[in-house]
Amino acid sequence: MTRRRLRTFALALVGLLAVAVLWEFYKLVGPQRGGEIFGWGILPRANDNVMPHVWDMFARYTEPDRRGSETRIWQTVLGGGWFTFRLAFLGFAIGAVVGVGLAVLMARFRVVERGLLPYLVVSQTVPLIALAPLVVSWGGRVQVGDFVWPRWLSASVLGAFLAFFPVAVGTLRGLKSSPPAALELMDSYAASWRSSLFKLRFPAAVPQIVPALRLAATASVVGVVVAEISTGLQGGIGRLVIEYARQATSDPAKVYTAVFGAALVGLGMAGIVALLDKLLMRGRPPTEPDIVMGATT
Amino acid sequence: MRNTIRTRGRSRLTIATAGLAALSLVVAACGGDDDAAVPAVDDVVEDIEDAVDDAVDAVDDVVDDIEDAVDDIVDDAGDDAGECETVDSVTLQLQWFVQAQFGGYYAAISEGMYDDYCLDVTIAEGGVDIVPQQQLADGAVDFAIAWVPKALQSREAGADIVNIAQIFERSGTLQVSFVEAGITTPEDFEGKRVGNWGFGNEYEVFAAITEAGLDPATDVEHVQQQFDMVALLEGDIDAAQAMTYNEYAQVLEAINPETGELYQPEDFNVISYEEVGVGMLQDAIWADAQKLVDDAEYRDIAVRFVAASIEGWAFCRDNPEACATIVTDAGSQLGESHQLWMMNEVNKLIWPAASDIGITDQAAWDRTVEIAQNTANLEGATVLAEAPSPDAFTNDIVTEALALAQDRGVDTGGSGFSPIEVELREGGE
Repeated sequence: MTRRRLRTFALALVGLLAVAVLWEFYKLVGPQRGGEIFGWGILPRANDNVMPHVWDMFARYTEPDRRGSETRIWQTVLGGGWFTFRLAFLGFAIGAVVGVGLAVLMARFRVVERGLLPYLVVSQTVPLIALAPLVVSWGGRVQVGDFVWPRWLSASVLGAFLAFFPVAVGTLRGLKSSPPAALELMDSYAASWRSSLFKLRFPAAVPQIVPALRLAATASVVGVVVAEISTGLQGGIGRLVIEYARQATSDPAKVYTAVFGAALVGLGMAGIVALLDKLLMRGRPPTEPDIVMGATT
Repeated sequence: MRNTIRTRGRSRLTIATAGLAALSLVVAACGGDDDAAVPAVDDVVEDIEDAVDDAVDAVDDVVDDIEDAVDDIVDDAGDDAGECETVDSVTLQLQWFVQAQFGGYYAAISEGMYDDYCLDVTIAEGGVDIVPQQQLADGAVDFAIAWVPKALQSREAGADIVNIAQIFERSGTLQVSFVEAGITTPEDFEGKRVGNWGFGNEYEVFAAITEAGLDPATDVEHVQQQFDMVALLEGDIDAAQAMTYNEYAQVLEAINPETGELYQPEDFNVISYEEVGVGMLQDAIWADAQKLVDDAEYRDIAVRFVAASIEGWAFCRDNPEACATIVTDAGSQLGESHQLWMMNEVNKLIWPAASDIGITDQAAWDRTVEIAQNTANLEGATVLAEAPSPDAFTNDIVTEALALAQDRGVDTGGSGFSPIEVELREGGE
């Protein structure tokens, strides 16, 4: 088992290294001023302003984030990443709860499914950047009792907005995937809808829910980062990306420090879902979702 | 209140000290029974005394801290109680992230001008998709900073807003090109690749092209520009749009691969739209027009807000370095020299203010409106379909505000202003 894990880890490293090598290889052989293929300018410029060296990008991490500042860039990026991670996690949690709730409703009442599902699909075609300023303007205005809506919560809500959809669709599909024989068995026990939901449908849905959650995890990161960029929320990785992008004229490598930070946040969220996966799938054979009967007896 | 705490603290201290001293005496007395044990007991007593001393010191420190904190609270409360019956909360929406372009407002917060005017100001930073005048029209914020043409466009679309203080007197838009391209006037744009940012930021470019007798649609190749200057340096654009306080500095912070040194101003030709005569009014403070009429309290807040902001800008004029630091401390990621450059260039757009900071000059306003109405972009669209009603700006608020600021001895004209010299470093660091 540990050997296999070591192998996976090593392969992941090799994969990353391969990308870096490919990047540097293109820099070596690619046209400095860009190039055309059949009249299409699709070959990117290989010069240092457009494609900085990989080692330059990583060297930036040890530099101070501003002249004379004690804070190194890696600290700033990690700080921003942690901020974004927390917002994304909240968005993911809200999205997962809402998604599962909607799926249960839709599985219970066909009429809800027929009426609601089209709207869910439509909701995902609304561009996030159109929604962001609207949701952000709730900040400081929406007030329920003593609770005043903070600006950052808007970013989480936008993350949740992207995250709930795959969860709702995946869970719905999962809830409807119980084997007919098992459902008939529950019926023959005169089981209530609720107990068949918890004892049969949910366990049977896990193989569909987990990949949906994985999609939701990364979607929530995208949602939060885009919300940060489009609304200028201070403190997160999205804001850093755009702040550093403004300095691309003279320091192109710096942008990548923040971009990698965003990737790290995504990896972190995916890692959490992987753990959840382990937890939910424990005691199951890895590739036999049909054996749910075992879990219910 | 302060004295009560001090006395109580001291008396407890005295009791504690006395108690420990008594204890040590008892210990010493007990030790007397057994001679051999006396030295040991003495040691213990000494240790205890040391410990007591340390503890007393520590308690003293804490007491001092508490006193300081209480002093601060009492002072603050005194100020508030002395001058303000109530403190009004105000939210200001910016067009972009915190940076020296908005230095005056941040200075007015950290230098206490807003406090002096009994205001508690929260600054809402802008973002890529935040339209400040829209946030204002939606009632999400109390005041907004916006460029005049864009705000007038929103106004024409139904946003009931009014310009209450024209902070920037001059336009800071440039068109920057390499000397080799030979572009020194808008006439030279002919046949060249000219960059612009689009999204309503392009009208000065089009106005200059039209004024030069060229047809924007056929005589010039337009290139949509990113918010960095890579395209100019890479040769994709012959003349790039740039703000004096930001993008122009970006090229001067980049290394010239031919010399290995930073690019120098001599390497570039710069066309200033203000000088060419097509400058449009930029950063101004906008307010909710209806509320200004209906709500006397809001109007009063507006006057105080403008007055304090003017004082903030006056502070930035006289202390550009301090103001740049304030902005950086507020969370800007821009480098030190870039920030100071921006502060200095923004000062140049405001000061000296011909008819005091914030007063909208009718001629500049008319020119802005004229260009906004008559200059078509590539799609044939103009910023404005018709002239805005005369109440789109008012000098009433700012006139009252200027009187307040002048009463407090603030120089609102800045006739003696002279910019500082800022040396840009690589990457703006």
